[in-house]
Amino acid sequence: MSERTPMIEMRNVSKHFGSVIALSDISMQVYSGEVMCLLGDNGAGKSTLIKTLSGVHKPTHGQMFVDGQEIRFKSPAFALDAGIATVFQDLAMIPLMSITRNFFMGREPTVGWGPLKRVDWKYADRIAMEEMAKIGIDVRDPSQPVGTLSGGERQCVAIARAVYFGAKVLILDEPTSALGVKQASVVLRYIAKARADGLSVIFITHNVHHAFPVANAFTLLSRGGSLGTFRKEDVTREEVLNMMAGGAELENLDAELAEFQRSDQQKKSQVA
Amino acid sequence: MSSNENNQPAAPAAADQDERIQKVSFWKKALNRPELGALAGAVLVLAFFIAASSGTGMFTPAGIINFLEVAAQLGIIATAAALLMIGGEFDLSIGSMIGLAGILIAIPAVEYGWPLWAAILLAFACAGLVGWINGNLVNKTGLPSFIVTLGFLFILRGLAIGVSRLLTGRTQVGGVQEHIPGDWFAALFSGEVATGLFSWMAANGWMATNFAGNPVVSGIPVSIVWWLGLTAVATWVLLCTPYGNWIFASGGDANAARNSGVPVHRVKISLFMFTAFSATIFACIQVMDTGSADTIRGLLKELEAIIAVVIGGALLTGGYGSAIGAALGALIFGMVQMGIFYTGVNTDWFQVFMGVMLLVAVLFNNFMRKKAMEAK
Ligand SMILES: Nc1ncnc2c1ncn2[C@@H]1O[C@H](COP(=O)(O)OP(=O)(O)O)[C@@H](O)[C@H]1O
Ligand SMILES: [Mg+2]
Repeated sequence: MSERTPMIEMRNVSKHFGSVIALSDISMQVYSGEVMCLLGDNGAGKSTLIKTLSGVHKPTHGQMFVDGQEIRFKSPAFALDAGIATVFQDLAMIPLMSITRNFFMGREPTVGWGPLKRVDWKYADRIAMEEMAKIGIDVRDPSQPVGTLSGGERQCVAIARAVYFGAKVLILDEPTSALGVKQASVVLRYIAKARADGLSVIFITHNVHHAFPVANAFTLLSRGGSLGTFRKEDVTREEVLNMMAGGAELENLDAELAEFQRSDQQKKSQVA
Repeated sequence: MSSNENNQPAAPAAADQDERIQKVSFWKKALNRPELGALAGAVLVLAFFIAASSGTGMFTPAGIINFLEVAAQLGIIATAAALLMIGGEFDLSIGSMIGLAGILIAIPAVEYGWPLWAAILLAFACAGLVGWINGNLVNKTGLPSFIVTLGFLFILRGLAIGVSRLLTGRTQVGGVQEHIPGDWFAALFSGEVATGLFSWMAANGWMATNFAGNPVVSGIPVSIVWWLGLTAVATWVLLCTPYGNWIFASGGDANAARNSGVPVHRVKISLFMFTAFSATIFACIQVMDTGSADTIRGLLKELEAIIAVVIGGALLTGGYGSAIGAALGALIFGMVQMGIFYTGVNTDWFQVFMGVMLLVAVLFNNFMRKKAMEAK
């Protein structure tokens, strides 16, 4: 592993907000074709870490590399240009704008040239509908404001958008929190597909059943610091669950595992 | 992924979908357009004054041109104010910029012998700088643009008066007319277009003529052309260009827009520059028309522009609105102002009416937005 150049590397990255130390001395590598799961309690700094990677925050200290090249993103637009697409926890959606306008916000497809260069809304509508259909949402009307969608549907727009634009790295901050079982499994399959396509995926979730099947490695954050990265081969589902929640959820584990296996098999039989 | 979907019973799902698409009717779409209220308002106001002003000449060709000209001057700045409000900001310095731009055109031309085109370019350059500073201050400080541009409302007005007094000893500068003929750039802001058409119509008896045999309306004032042109361009920009999408996004949620890769700061700076430019266009037209500049010109115009934009369906909170709506708002403004004049109603009532219109429009817009967000 170590001879390969990581797709994403953080070296001793810290992020301070005034006197608040949100991240301190984080080092992490994510290779292409791998899924890194970020674990940690609320307030551990997971969102701050991925926002630093996606150009929202500038690191206070430390370096970041994409494909071996050191990068300093001035804004999220630069991260997107570098092929890093993110589903933010707050989704970065604009309620008053249509599904299509949200989907292509900042990355509008154009036709024509010179002063007649214009957005190809027909094409954009078609792609947005297609991508939403892939994730299992029938969009009746792509000009419908995103504000009229349910929380889960909104999350699906954000995910479909990131999947569509993420060329090298896909970052998902609790993307399945508002999703039903069906859509959540579609998202997990997206992650698996992105991994198979050679992308790097950074995935934040509080749900071990979502994290364990797709992850290659887990990085555990606590109070802004890293408690280490664990390869999947070296940990059990129970240990991961422990890392996530400090054992609080352990009582329900058996029942949940059984439920998960059942739905797993159900999905498999549907696909077959 | 799609293979999975294909295995589901597809036919009933498709039928179901088609049925639901049909339910999104034309009317529902029309109801969700921001300018609907303004259109209804404009029709009502038009109908009212057609009835109330019969025999007064308001709806003769000359009368129509009169109220269109009032609407056009306001409409020029309202277009820019609309884009800015959709982008989530206000510019309260528009009115003062009109006064300053007038001075910046008249003084170099009249007192220092500059060609008019150079003086006009100077005014545009200064306006660009003012807009750039406004935008940067809002971006860098995160202060509400309301406060930042309120500062510039006073600064620019004070500068206009101060500079004018310092250089000329007066606050009014006349004598611009003699510099207009032959100046290609000034021609863009003065006179009328389609004069040939109107003479031809008069010659063919399709338009009344005055005692000298000239048509009563000799052409379309250039302000109306600017108004319609700017409205068309702004509409094109909003609906058809990536930049238009960025304006909606910046005003809807600047943070979400930035995180999605929209250059929010650049969008806002350019919008502030555009409002300052529109104030300068307004000033150019006014200075060419009257032949003079006056430091108090443009007083309260920023508020009139905001009223027109809000009547036009824009949300004060940003992210929603239309340039056509702003044009309709300006049209209502012009019709009411001239209508009150023609019908002989005491002009004090004009302000009452505009205030009421503003409140009704805000209530209506809020209601419509709630409706739009419910429409499932
Ligand atoms: N923009 C900010 N300004 C100040 N403090 C922040 C900011 N963003 C995050 N923090 C702080 O950083 C810490 C980590 O937050 P976050 O990364 O959102 O945690 P997580 O996503 O793991 O729940 C929290 O204590 C939070 O209050
Ligand atoms: Mg978080």
